[in-house]
Amino acid sequence: MNPSATSTREREALSWSVKDGVIELALHREPCNEIGSVALESLEAFISELPDLQRNSHALIIHSEMKAGFCAGADLRELYKRSQAMEKTAAISGVRNFLERIHRVLNQIDAAPLTTIAAVHGVTFGGGFELALACDLIIADKMARFCFPELRLGLIPGFGGIPRLKRDLGNAVVRDLLLTGRSFNATKAQQIGLVSQVVGEGEALRAARATATQLGKFDRATAIAAKQFIKPIPYEELRREIDIFCELFTKPAVESGLRKFVESTDAQPYLP
Amino acid sequence: MDLNISNMPTTDQTLDEIISLAAAHFKVAREKLSPDADFFKTLGIDSLQTLDLLTRLENHFHVELPDYELQGVSDFRTLASRIQARL
Repeated sequence: MNPSATSTREREALSWSVKDGVIELALHREPCNEIGSVALESLEAFISELPDLQRNSHALIIHSEMKAGFCAGADLRELYKRSQAMEKTAAISGVRNFLERIHRVLNQIDAAPLTTIAAVHGVTFGGGFELALACDLIIADKMARFCFPELRLGLIPGFGGIPRLKRDLGNAVVRDLLLTGRSFNATKAQQIGLVSQVVGEGEALRAARATATQLGKFDRATAIAAKQFIKPIPYEELRREIDIFCELFTKPAVESGLRKFVESTDAQPYLP
Repeated sequence: MDLNISNMPTTDQTLDEIISLAAAHFKVAREKLSPDADFFKTLGIDSLQTLDLLTRLENHFHVELPDYELQGVSDFRTLASRIQARL
């Protein structure tokens, strides 16, 4: 394969292309790239091709084509609808299966032998935040907003958010973000060490491309060795997170929290 | 000792800046935005646009506004007092 060639693959929730050794994964599912069964299948399709793609690539950029933001997290409407349509045991089993699958996807992005960049703008909430956290670098538009709202639903983040946040930040900061469920902007995210660059509105992808070009100047084997040395994957904690999530999912608070969200008349009820 | 607090805007100045910023961003005539009116209605914004406004205000005033402090706040005057408290 010619490393400078451009190719594009399309799936329902996303598309990807490769040019000059940089893979670009564009999320494009309305309204804000909510991760439900369709998005998960699309992500799995991408991941299945990643081993081939990364042979001739040194960087992966994940970004969103949706105006509202990078990703609003798990598709809570689908989660509620499916769990209502099933027996409790089947619903929990379904949730565990979904979590196992999304963890496989995010673990592969996390450990991919190339440098990964999340170029984020707007809403970067819950599972969307967790997708960004799986990447090596986060470059944020100054209008990006991050949040772990799961406690409002009686849950904890389930896509690997807590172990990955703990890997990168101090525990006091993690507790603040998790236990208050408050959202915070890109400047704050940079202050706490989460975001590597804050750029102007609409500039995140351009900045990510410039960064990816810079990364291409270095010896790839050295970059991979450096990444493996400084970015261990917290597999044990990730497993434990799935267990805790599934335990909590049986509680009545979750059903009422999800119902409140789903029955909201607002199209995107992000505020508590 | 000179505490040099003269650069601190008054609450009225903060209120004025908020209304100007909201009018310009959401393209609403400034004179239609009253300090005490419900800004969700006058601006016609949903919760996503409210988050956008919150981020713009934080960036403009260089403050951090936890969203739970804004729960139930729907008029510019109260919003200005919340921002003023963090300047």
